[in-house]
Amino acid sequence: MSRFEGRAPAISFIGVSSPLETLHRSLGLTDSELDDIRRVLSREPNPLELALYGVMWSEHCSYKSSRLHLRRLPSTGDHVLVGPGEGAGVIDAGDGIGVAIRIESHNHPSAIEPYQGAATGVGGILRDVFSMGARPLAVMDPLFFGELDDARTRWLVEGVVSGISGYGNSVGVPTIGGELTFDECYSANPLVNVLAVGALPTDRLALGVASGIGNFAVLLGSSTGRDGIGGVSVLASAGFSGDDGAASIDDAKRPSVQVGDPYEEKRLIEACLELLDRGYVVGIQDLGGAGLVCATSETAAKGRVGMDVDVTAVPQRERGMQPFEIMTSESQERMLAIITPENFDAVAAVCDKWEVRASVVGHVVEPTLLADGSRVAMLRVRNGFDGEVLAEVPASSLADDAPLYDRPRQRPADLDVVLADDPTTDEPVGDAAADLLDLLMSPEWVYRQYDSQLFLNTVVGPGRDAALLRLAGPGLPSSERGIALSTDSNPRWCALDPRDGTAMTVAEGVANLACVGATAKAVVNCLNFGNPEHPEVMWQLSESVDGMATACRGLGLPVIGGNVSLYNESGGRDIDPTPVVGLLGVVESLVATPPGWNWREGDAVVLVGHREAAGAQPFPLAGSRWATKRGRRGGQLAAFDVARLISTFRFVSGEVAAICAGATSDVTAVHDVSGGGLATAIAEMASATGLGVHVAKLEGHGELFAEFPGRFIVATSHTEAFVARALAAGVPVTILGTVGGKTVHLGELVSVTVADISARRAGALEEALLLA
Amino acid sequence: MTRIGVVVFPGSNCEFDAAHAVEELGATAEFIFHTSTSLGDADGVILPGGFAHGDYLRPGALARFSPVMTAVAAFAAAGGPVLGICNGFQVLTEAGLLPGALQKNRGLTFLCQSTTLVVSSTHSVLTSASRVGTELVVPINHFSGAYTCDDDVYASLVGHDQIVLRYRDNPNGSRDDIAGVANERGNVVGLMPHPERAMSTLLGSADGRVLLESFVGARAMAH
Repeated sequence: MSRFEGRAPAISFIGVSSPLETLHRSLGLTDSELDDIRRVLSREPNPLELALYGVMWSEHCSYKSSRLHLRRLPSTGDHVLVGPGEGAGVIDAGDGIGVAIRIESHNHPSAIEPYQGAATGVGGILRDVFSMGARPLAVMDPLFFGELDDARTRWLVEGVVSGISGYGNSVGVPTIGGELTFDECYSANPLVNVLAVGALPTDRLALGVASGIGNFAVLLGSSTGRDGIGGVSVLASAGFSGDDGAASIDDAKRPSVQVGDPYEEKRLIEACLELLDRGYVVGIQDLGGAGLVCATSETAAKGRVGMDVDVTAVPQRERGMQPFEIMTSESQERMLAIITPENFDAVAAVCDKWEVRASVVGHVVEPTLLADGSRVAMLRVRNGFDGEVLAEVPASSLADDAPLYDRPRQRPADLDVVLADDPTTDEPVGDAAADLLDLLMSPEWVYRQYDSQLFLNTVVGPGRDAALLRLAGPGLPSSERGIALSTDSNPRWCALDPRDGTAMTVAEGVANLACVGATAKAVVNCLNFGNPEHPEVMWQLSESVDGMATACRGLGLPVIGGNVSLYNESGGRDIDPTPVVGLLGVVESLVATPPGWNWREGDAVVLVGHREAAGAQPFPLAGSRWATKRGRRGGQLAAFDVARLISTFRFVSGEVAAICAGATSDVTAVHDVSGGGLATAIAEMASATGLGVHVAKLEGHGELFAEFPGRFIVATSHTEAFVARALAAGVPVTILGTVGGKTVHLGELVSVTVADISARRAGALEEALLLA
Repeated sequence: MTRIGVVVFPGSNCEFDAAHAVEELGATAEFIFHTSTSLGDADGVILPGGFAHGDYLRPGALARFSPVMTAVAAFAAAGGPVLGICNGFQVLTEAGLLPGALQKNRGLTFLCQSTTLVVSSTHSVLTSASRVGTELVVPINHFSGAYTCDDDVYASLVGHDQIVLRYRDNPNGSRDDIAGVANERGNVVGLMPHPERAMSTLLGSADGRVLLESFVGARAMAH
């Protein structure tokens, strides 16, 4: 098209000017992707259009390497109101309340600038949730770092935690849990995942869809600056190149990290919820990765309408910003609302009250009639609404038509050698009590920096099996229900067997929910993997998706949202596969607290569930924290057998749910056996109460430290009654011993005082961070 | 029925919780936006927790200039019951309605945890229903909660029985374990812990009730 001719041939991107012939490469597009763009447009794209495709077709925005695989996940269910593809998934939790949930990664920004990287991760996920009309009610943060003997890692930990604390507390959303994992594979590429949950009256549900020819697209919130340009393409969709720790982090990428302002976000939340309550909003979407081009093209594509965007109408933070900068900036705390022109004054009044800027930056327009008679919904970027057209591309080509890659997959060549190197059959060496103490670390130093109580909902807060909240909040119908949340991951398992490792991770999450009496209702996932151009990584991803699909189908769970983070590598080394699973469950009646870990003197300690693992080894140590501490990273996992898990989960969650509903019970404590095995679970319970336990006989160190899901430690004041109920439910139980005294005795292998356990647990993290 | 005004600054975030708590005690709660120049017919006023005006400059430093604070000062001068919780306490000290100041916690981190408070004086609208020496489990949730004041102010606080609550185990480095103080008349009180978060054993403690019941039941003190 002639009107694009004669435009300046070069644009400056991250400080580098590129000639037009190679511009697409500096924008993160391949030569074949450039050909795809030419085909879509039937002409040469201009530099601005290339920049739009560069961000929208990035791995981060388009899921071009993973989409093919994600289709295999189940995503439907009677209670699913919104599945994957919107800002957040939403389920019907009952009583007229919808619960929205979403998880995302902010890994690469946090590796470069930990405070702002983590802070803006929180801000971004909250916008996803309130863009659905939900008030954000809770955040969880699964975090993965290298080992703490490295000074840079300690700096990352403190930075990330203070970023989450600084932003989350100030924006007024409680942080109710998460995970903390240390492994050398994350040393140069930490993982910062953020999960957010919100709730809405189901009739306030909003979608990111533009409709109504003549309607306005209003940009709400912050002005647009040069921060975060190329965040999704240059930063999130490429690995770190260097190979020597701190020096490997590219300072040149620092301008791609955004800067957050929780005060702006807090006012934006209140303003948006008020606009939704007043019925002024036709459609609404957050501005996250890829900024304005993403929000405008996605809302237009979903509504099958055109959108004219005037770059001069966008409030700018600095002078001289180029159109591509305005369109792709990832400046934080911005939303795009579609409203009718008649409502503009009323919208402006609400925004004035909350001191939130509102500017009409777009018009919803008719699809464009092409020469062949077809109509195409176009995104047009203009210099003034009546001014020159700077870019014109089909909205859906940006939002939906990114290339789909079936990248080569290959099982790692050395995997058989790794699997054969099984620590389960190692001769036990050393002192099991010392091994146990070495596994204990309370994350309290992290979570006491987070406001975990706002909104008066937190019945079970951070540091336990799962978080449990009352289902209540400003503007919600009243309800006696509760929601439970858990995030789980196990890179040690997934490195050995990404399929069964992921399946068992899902099971682990369901087990955690059972401990607080909840029935699992939905899953979200954050798939953190290495470089998808490595066939071994694509094999891991594909296997992991299949494992998740198997577990979710077996347990009747829809996957209602997710995020894929690839290129988690540094110096050519990929991280271990780290699928993080977020579980959302519901407790039908929450009027009393679940038992927690509060066993009492004289209670019987019972192992609920199959004592021995399915598979060749009764007590597999492969992938256990115990083996990993000893540098033993090989071996065969337990087999994943969903059938034998279901009845156990149902029984435990039923026992606890009855207590939450106010029934009296002989059950005094419930804890899931997970990382660190049986010994760790028992030690944690002893530490919570100050009361020891005497377990007469265990099958060696394997039974102390083996990890496989489906086992719970339950304390009961009435053994016979409890055992009878378990057996009636078809659930195997093993009576392990009795609560009492000030020492934890585990067979003949461990005898350690509760005081030593508590001291070690309480002090381990601060000591490792050199803060104690 | 007692009407409690809950002041909302941009950046406040505990306003819903404070309103919920006083309503549970039989009062009605009404939000008063910070631009308002009147408190209406409120019988008492709460400045809730949060980050008023983003805590920019320092907590409370900008909020004291919000239009509503003129009305709060007049209400306090007339003997009306005023309660500042957490950020609200910080605002009251910045506004000069309470003595002293709140500085960063001793450990230089945010702290969200349960604390045990000891009632030190019943000469205030917050503590009049409890007894000196009573221990109350109430959570804290702040970064800048270490109470500080100069020696003259401290002597005056002690002399006029204005220290109303102390921490049993000082979590943040507050001078003399101070968790809450009142003005001389006892009608203006500020505390860093959150009594509105301790209204139900389901959430861990119901010990905040006795404090808020006292506040809701308070009437304007005559000169």
